[in-house]
Amino acid sequence: MSVFCEVPQAAPVAVFKLSQDFNNDQFPNKVNLGVGAYRTDEGQPWVLPVVKKVEKIIVQDGSLNHEYLPILGLPDFRSSASKIALGEDSPAIQENRVGAVQCLGGTGALKMGAEFLSRFYNGNKNTKTPIYVSAPTWENHNAVFANAGFEDVRPYKYWDAENRGLDFAGFLEDLEVSCFLTGLNGVRLYFGHDSFSLGVNSTCSIFCLQQSCPEHSVFVLHACAHNPTGTDPTQEQWMQIAEVMMRRKLFVFFDSAYQGFASGCLDKDAWAVRYFVSVGFEMFCAQSFSKNFGLYNERVGNLTIVARDADNLKRVLSQMEKIVRTTWSNPPSQGARIVSITLNSPELFTEWKDNVKTMAGRVLMMRAQLKAKLQGLGTPGTWEHITEQIGMFSFTGLNSKQVEYMVKERHVYLMASGRINMCGLTSSNINYVAESIHEAVTRVQ
Amino acid sequence: MSVFGDVPLAPPVAVFKLSADFREDGHPQKVNLGVGAYRTDDCQPWVLPVVKKVERLIVEDAGLNHEYLPILGLPEFRSASSKVALGDGSAAIKDGRVGGVQALGGTGALRIGAEFLRRWYNGVNNTATPVYVSAPTWENHNSVFADAGFKDIRPYHYWDAAKRGLDLAGLLDDLEKAPEHSVFVLHACAHNPTGTDPTREEWKQISEIMKRRSLFVFFDSAYQGFASGDLDKDAWAIRYFVSEGFELFIAQSFSKNFGLYNERVGYLTVVARDSENLSRTLSQMEKIVRTTWSNPPSQGARIVSKTLNCPELFAEWKSNVKTMADRVLLMRDQLKAKLQALGTPGTWDHITQQIGMFSFTGLNPKQVEYMIAEKHVYLMASGRINMCGLTTSNIDYIAQSIHDAVTKVPQCRS
Repeated sequence: MSVFCEVPQAAPVAVFKLSQDFNNDQFPNKVNLGVGAYRTDEGQPWVLPVVKKVEKIIVQDGSLNHEYLPILGLPDFRSSASKIALGEDSPAIQENRVGAVQCLGGTGALKMGAEFLSRFYNGNKNTKTPIYVSAPTWENHNAVFANAGFEDVRPYKYWDAENRGLDFAGFLEDLEVSCFLTGLNGVRLYFGHDSFSLGVNSTCSIFCLQQSCPEHSVFVLHACAHNPTGTDPTQEQWMQIAEVMMRRKLFVFFDSAYQGFASGCLDKDAWAVRYFVSVGFEMFCAQSFSKNFGLYNERVGNLTIVARDADNLKRVLSQMEKIVRTTWSNPPSQGARIVSITLNSPELFTEWKDNVKTMAGRVLMMRAQLKAKLQGLGTPGTWEHITEQIGMFSFTGLNSKQVEYMVKERHVYLMASGRINMCGLTSSNINYVAESIHEAVTRVQ
Repeated sequence: MSVFGDVPLAPPVAVFKLSADFREDGHPQKVNLGVGAYRTDDCQPWVLPVVKKVERLIVEDAGLNHEYLPILGLPEFRSASSKVALGDGSAAIKDGRVGGVQALGGTGALRIGAEFLRRWYNGVNNTATPVYVSAPTWENHNSVFADAGFKDIRPYHYWDAAKRGLDLAGLLDDLEKAPEHSVFVLHACAHNPTGTDPTREEWKQISEIMKRRSLFVFFDSAYQGFASGDLDKDAWAIRYFVSEGFELFIAQSFSKNFGLYNERVGYLTVVARDSENLSRTLSQMEKIVRTTWSNPPSQGARIVSKTLNCPELFAEWKSNVKTMADRVLLMRDQLKAKLQALGTPGTWDHITQQIGMFSFTGLNPKQVEYMIAEKHVYLMASGRINMCGLTTSNIDYIAQSIHDAVTKVPQCRS
């Protein structure tokens, strides 16, 4: 008898299963629009030229060794990574109230932030604090917070499938303190207090009273290039979101995995994060350098922490050290060295920004071309969203049956949600992909 | 008001605080015998020559990229790691019942193993399963298992301070009395901090009880090759337990034996009854990895993998490892000789009997305080010294310091 005999088989992670199926597929025209990694126009992975350059510099530097990094990571990496998010001249940084934890990619940064919050935020070990993630969101958000101990991970309205855009009214609704009555006719009456009851009135309509969003709830916000929808709030909308969150004491936890990659401009992509800092939020920002440095497998991430002052920051970091110590002890050096050397050298920094623009530019071109081809084919529906959405992904609007058709009949692999990785498109396969979408939309309802 | 207003200041990790104090100390003869990292006779960190060589190979290999590794890690690294622990000719590997997870150093391997056991071992989410760690043990063991959710972490007898050796009777007694299915964290070799390992006969006795009482074997193997200089010798206990039919975990670290401390190269070897049980176990470990670091870092695993999988590089590596182990053995011999020559009270055989990086000197906390404050020789409050911190330049000063500590500061019993 095995001590493991009761261990159930876990379902594979969907996005990796998709890639596996793709790898096993023999069809000559197969296309992988699944996992979120950049591809060149030849459909190949791309090691950024600046990365190759810096790797050589590192290997030739006789003064470097492999001694343990500090628990919180390589100091030059931490400070330069936070500067990238908040800006060179960030007042918060100058006020010494910004700190950071070098982490294992964006996942590790989210994990450290979540573990800290579950221990020390909104009371002591308050695992009941609600965590809000967008509907839909990156498939791993829910599990990261759940595994950090949070018992109440909820969706906030985000994607409006019908209009293929942001459900801004719904989003704001989920942020507000709103008790509302819903009648059978769908009409909602809003109240301004938190109470909870159920009743039936004399005219036989059934009313439900629902309580929204408790104060101090944590909201996971996508800094830019929302995954999977590619749809971001406008600057005006971010300002409204910030106003509500400040008023309702909601905790801001940004997930920033695509800075620079979304629009091609680092500062533009960081606008929301910087705005929130400027209006005075204490907050976390989980940064990933997987995509914008193409360093997926070196696990380069940073959890930027903005606190009210240096003293609060110090205590927070001391507790983060304890959490890091029992998870990975201290972080891996290679990726952080590459990023740090690059960000801290004006020439290399310029070269990097250029490499980033190359990637973002190719994605923009594929967006434009895909839309044009679908319009050229007369594919039913509107395809504006292909160029309105930003970043790596597009939420095509294909339903699950249409997706199945794409995968099975056309050997074009995409997520069941209809999400495609624009980087998977090339000048060689774009016609085939456009035709496939056309077929899916016209043949499958 | 800050949302962090009530967050208390955490005390620093002792071993890193020690290093920080050392760095700030201006005394010209200061010595750091604290943190466990190898030093050359010039008291410098040492990047293994084979590592430098492989790093160049990697940077020149245009066929490599930075795409995500599989969640469980680099396949060639995984298989090579299990082979290093269990042996090339391992029957268990041939039976297809050995697998594992590339992890972030030994810490990461322990953590993934602990998280898995808490969720799926001895019931579902049974946080009450006792976890036993040696008294004393690596200071992080307790916290890793506690943070994985275990509520009942207990010491098992290990170090006999009076006789400066293994308290075998106490250990065996704890094994007999532990609730069935308890988890025991065993140090595969070069016990940290005592440097004192069970003999082969003693391992056999331990194994017999553990099997009879259905106790779970969780090896921590951070010093393979580094302890005696011989990989196979250092893996004897692990291989014995596998040959006895145990299902077990081994948390392997390549930080010390590859000198790759900061690339976080570790592996959790899983030995199951058969491939089917192994497969389900690994599938659950994938889920745990996915929410912790998603997939592991490549650089260190590539270096280790290339080295282990190439006969020439493997031979060169073993030679580098022997260099480190031999220097430690030399320092042990010399320290003991000097203390004996000085006529320092007490017996000092334990210095050469203990193996691996550390020695449990037997100095008490007051004597340790004296060493630091008066002599600027930094060591852990437990009396643990890192033998790698000794060099031909400082060994006389250290021996004299120990002599002074023992003769000037009383042997208090507390």
